[in-house]
Amino acid sequence: MTGPAAPVEDVGPRAPGLLGPRRPRRAREEGSRGAMIAFGSTVLFVAVVLVVVLTSEAWPRVQRQFFSPSAFREVFPDVLGGFWLDVQMFVVAEVVILGFALVVAMVRALRGPAFFPIRALAVTYIDLVRGVPIILLILLLGFGVPALQLKGVPNGPLFWGVTALVISYSAYTAEVYRAGIESVHESQRMSARSLGLTQVQALRYVIVPQAIRNVIPALLNGFVSLQKDVALVFVLGVREGVREAQIYNTSTFNYTGYVAAAVLFLAVSVPVARFTDWYTERDRRRRQAMSI
Amino acid sequence: MTAKLEVRGVHKAFEAKPVLVDIHLAVSAHQVVCLIGSSGSGKSTLLKCVNLLVPVDQGEILLDGRDITSPEVNQNEVRQQMGIVFQAFNLFPHMTVVDNITLGPRKAHGVAREQAEARAMELLDRFGLTDKAAEYPDRLSGGQQQRVAIVRALATDPDLILLDEVTSALDPELVAEVLAVIRSLKESGMTMLIATHEMGFARDVADHVCFLDGGAILEQGPPAEIFGAPAEPRTRQFLQRIIDAGRL
Repeated sequence: MTGPAAPVEDVGPRAPGLLGPRRPRRAREEGSRGAMIAFGSTVLFVAVVLVVVLTSEAWPRVQRQFFSPSAFREVFPDVLGGFWLDVQMFVVAEVVILGFALVVAMVRALRGPAFFPIRALAVTYIDLVRGVPIILLILLLGFGVPALQLKGVPNGPLFWGVTALVISYSAYTAEVYRAGIESVHESQRMSARSLGLTQVQALRYVIVPQAIRNVIPALLNGFVSLQKDVALVFVLGVREGVREAQIYNTSTFNYTGYVAAAVLFLAVSVPVARFTDWYTERDRRRRQAMSI
Repeated sequence: MTAKLEVRGVHKAFEAKPVLVDIHLAVSAHQVVCLIGSSGSGKSTLLKCVNLLVPVDQGEILLDGRDITSPEVNQNEVRQQMGIVFQAFNLFPHMTVVDNITLGPRKAHGVAREQAEARAMELLDRFGLTDKAAEYPDRLSGGQQQRVAIVRALATDPDLILLDEVTSALDPELVAEVLAVIRSLKESGMTMLIATHEMGFARDVADHVCFLDGGAILEQGPPAEIFGAPAEPRTRQFLQRIIDAGRL
């Protein structure tokens, strides 16, 4: 890797001619001018939005109902406690999803008539689940399964809410993995099979490790999405962050709890989104350097 | 004597386009057979059929007298008896050289890691690659990668090695090191079926040469005959073009 990367870094020292010393300075000046423009236009934009909102007639009422500092202090501990449950649901669900979706994707990637039944099962699962709104799935599982009163099966809304999320997200994540599996060149599969490896071994040791690397940005994207969607289980009465805010709202008619919940969700999802972008960009650069 | 490998009347078409037409061919134990012919003449497809990577439409392929195209045959088990090396190396980029080599023995043959690694190091040493064991493939030159690919194919102790234009993707100055490896395999008595564009090499190393044209074996015989006095006008034409290009 040092080989291909080296020439890029060498460009600076290699061009110390007449234009050499001037070029970096000009680039720097253009950079700082760009930053000033960006800063100026941002300030202007925020100022306009603030003026429009704060001077509107209904603002004082909105402020009392949505941005009340006293209500915020009152509701925040409950919302935070509920949000912690959101985080726990997210972590558990994500781990199960990453594993289960990979199995589904691998089943879908198997070839040959012998595997037709399980391949068809995987396709049916993906098609059905992706065709149903996630909120419906949560309602159906969360209220439907406990109503069956099955022996030895958990009946709590928390369990079935998270299960619904896992079922739904696994279908999408399986498709992400599939895209990754298909992005690995056919010659890798042939090579693995030629060594006498079975289809499953070829997938497990050769194809999937490369496939996952190719789809990490897409998987991280799914993380951000799920991290918010766990809140949907509030419809089952699970006392997570949004539900706590709703309880506060019903008793006080104040909406500040929702804002508090939003702040907490943002505090987690924005860093993950930034990390995803950073990682994707770094990966793109590395691949470019490798292909020089 | 039963041949190590025998191809009997094999046909293959891709979407109605015939790629292999009535191929008959035999490779005895310790024999080296070279397939020559222009690109698209079916050499690679034939090798992939022998390795069962591409199913044949018609005909039989016998390995030690057993028809391996029969559906009852365990394909993984058959592939464990032969090695194939591809034009584009096809090393696994996410594994070190030694892991590339030991994957087959460990997972397909159930050899313990320690033993597999010892054997891998032995082979790497034989081909002057000992210091590359812990490297990833993208740190190696094309010639080194192809030599590793050959070692990988040898690591499962196959009775038969298939080589699919293994020098075609290499820079000219790296071709010799790979050909030297194949020559040393011949000396050690390895049975090989080789598709190649290196005519000088084929003339030197082959016991038997097949000239393929349009998916059919037009002419086959000892190298002296094929290169010295080809009977078919198409063979003469092909060889003349090679000579004109200064490649023979």
